[in-house]
Amino acid sequence: MQAQQFRPHDRFVLWQLYIALAAIFLGVIMGFFQALERMNIDLFKLFGFASYYQGLTLHGVLNVLVFTTAFIGAFLTYVTMRSLGRPMASYRLTALQFVLMVVGVLLAGWKMLDNSSSVLFTFYPPLQAHPLFYVGLVFVVLSSWVTFLNIALTVRAWQRDHPGEAVPLQAFLSLVVYLMWFIASIGVAAEVLVLLIPWSLGLVERTDPQLARTLFWFTGHAIVYFWLLPAYISWYTMLPKQVGSKLLSDPLTRLVFLMFLLFSVPVGFHHQFVDPGVPVMWKTIHAALTYAVFFPSMITFFSVIASLEMAGRARGGKGLFGWITKLPWNDPSVTAQLLAGIGFMFGGISGLINASYNLNQVVHNTSFVPGHFHLTVGTGVFLSYLGILYWLIPALTGRKLWQPRLGVVSSWLWLVGVSIFSRGQIAGGLEGMPRRTWMAAATYVFESWRIPNMMTAVGGTLMFLGAMSFFAVLLGTLFLSRERVTVSMPVADVITPPEAASPLFTRQLGLWVTVLIVLIMITYGPYMISYLSNPAFVARGFRVW
Amino acid sequence: MPIDRFEKVFIWISLLLLEVFFIAVLVAAFFGGIQLPAPGGLVDPEQLANTPPFDQPGVRQVGEKEYEVVMIAQTWQFIPGEIRVPAGSTVTFRITSRDVLHGFLIPNTNANVMLVPGQVSEVTTRFKEPGEYRIICHEYCGIGHQTMFARIFVEPATSESQARAQEE
Repeated sequence: MQAQQFRPHDRFVLWQLYIALAAIFLGVIMGFFQALERMNIDLFKLFGFASYYQGLTLHGVLNVLVFTTAFIGAFLTYVTMRSLGRPMASYRLTALQFVLMVVGVLLAGWKMLDNSSSVLFTFYPPLQAHPLFYVGLVFVVLSSWVTFLNIALTVRAWQRDHPGEAVPLQAFLSLVVYLMWFIASIGVAAEVLVLLIPWSLGLVERTDPQLARTLFWFTGHAIVYFWLLPAYISWYTMLPKQVGSKLLSDPLTRLVFLMFLLFSVPVGFHHQFVDPGVPVMWKTIHAALTYAVFFPSMITFFSVIASLEMAGRARGGKGLFGWITKLPWNDPSVTAQLLAGIGFMFGGISGLINASYNLNQVVHNTSFVPGHFHLTVGTGVFLSYLGILYWLIPALTGRKLWQPRLGVVSSWLWLVGVSIFSRGQIAGGLEGMPRRTWMAAATYVFESWRIPNMMTAVGGTLMFLGAMSFFAVLLGTLFLSRERVTVSMPVADVITPPEAASPLFTRQLGLWVTVLIVLIMITYGPYMISYLSNPAFVARGFRVW
Repeated sequence: MPIDRFEKVFIWISLLLLEVFFIAVLVAAFFGGIQLPAPGGLVDPEQLANTPPFDQPGVRQVGEKEYEVVMIAQTWQFIPGEIRVPAGSTVTFRITSRDVLHGFLIPNTNANVMLVPGQVSEVTTRFKEPGEYRIICHEYCGIGHQTMFARIFVEPATSESQARAQEE
């Protein structure tokens, strides 16, 4: 009965996942080309790309704007329906979310492939892309807003039928993720709609590059939590079930997500620590809040590992670390997420360095930064998503996972690869190697960058092999797998139920959003008012690639 | 909210650790003098030729062992592309961009700042050891980005080289 109600929505969920996977497939190939370029092997020319930077634009946009947004929209739609035991409130919105995503990807993809928009995924003006590139990205964001609306309506409908009850955990967390993202995305939406699109159409001649950066980074840090939190939903509420354990605390999990709701946005200036147009006082305030947003990840570290340790000990694991070996490492979904967690630990630590105010001067815009975020979004998030897909694709298609062992291998290849890759990038960054630079053609290469570049190439190649193993498993499942299975979403039992805590943590979202808005007004309000009293609309567009 | 005893301990340790980190950073910034760049004023990137000090890019001595360098960044060069200062001098760079975003990084120093058209960036660093340093553009600025750099020659601190630096 339920499965039948879900089916029309699930069809869009599956197709949206296909879009996400097509995007990441091309994105990963671009990443591989970039890695080889570090050893002076230029595949961009060979395959007809205009330049390294065209490939780099595709890599960034497809991986972290398209793949993530499309995956999250599909995954959390799926999760919300299962968690609430009801279909999405609106079939039309589910369809619209998909259509907007398709249009957005086609427009932005077209304008990247014709090299008219090689502006990288940050698209900082005065570099001026084709207007349709910006329009395409607007459609991608609109798609995520439609997902938000649909999830909110579905949760509200559930609440009407269950007055006084706490919203089931996974649906609650999904809603918090989208609430945070919706508020965060207003910055980049304003940048693109108010500043960049009229400017790229020639309706206004000049724009303000400093203002554009500030609006971009209003969204730009919160977006990493938009990517990360769906992985956390899996780590908290699904992975314990997959390893045969329980979630420690339902209300603490909610509190962790509510902390992310509060602190993800008012930290954007930590990406602008060395910007000329931002006074030091505001940089300091955002630095302080950046430490605050690290805190819920520390709680997550404890909670998730505690669940895993209980599972390992229940399976006969002994000693301080012996329980780790007893976890079900032969399950590709579990392995992917465990290795994601290991990568993410180092990613988090390196992130604390980037974000540490004056320490940022040592590494800002050096290859240290890609070294860091290939451990966070590139491993913590990416491998978690692969882990989810290892059960979600069979669940949606009814086909048994093809060659699960190759699935296990894929994650190991990725982790070993990224460890070498990021070690190289981080070492190079500490020696002043700039990020996103066509190194093979650089005229100022330092001897101390030679080994970092080699490590980047070798690690990147292993990562590529890992990703291709994943795609082999995926395509095998879709086209070669004959065996039918019924897979359902893993839902962990909880030890401490939501009723054990104050409704503040389980119900009063409005209050938390109010606090967030106040926090944003404090951390951005006075700065924006004083900046906008004397802005610098001085820059014409440049197309210099 | 009932929280496991060990988890409570862990939470307090986490909070303490983050506080210690933040205080260490603040002490280094506000007492140790390792501070982030502050706004250096506004400028019209299309009027640099008529706007002091950017109408005359170059090195100026402003005190004993203190220099000011006025620089323009544009696709894909720094102007001037070579500067000379004696070892042991403190140099304040005043830089802006004529066109797109650029970056300003001198590896192995604390000089790291974004160059945003319309804004003047200021960064001060001290060159203790003689040798060749490089300024590298670390923000993507178009197809020639990887060729954009400048040289700083830090010369052994003799009176002769100081005089030459003054001339330039």
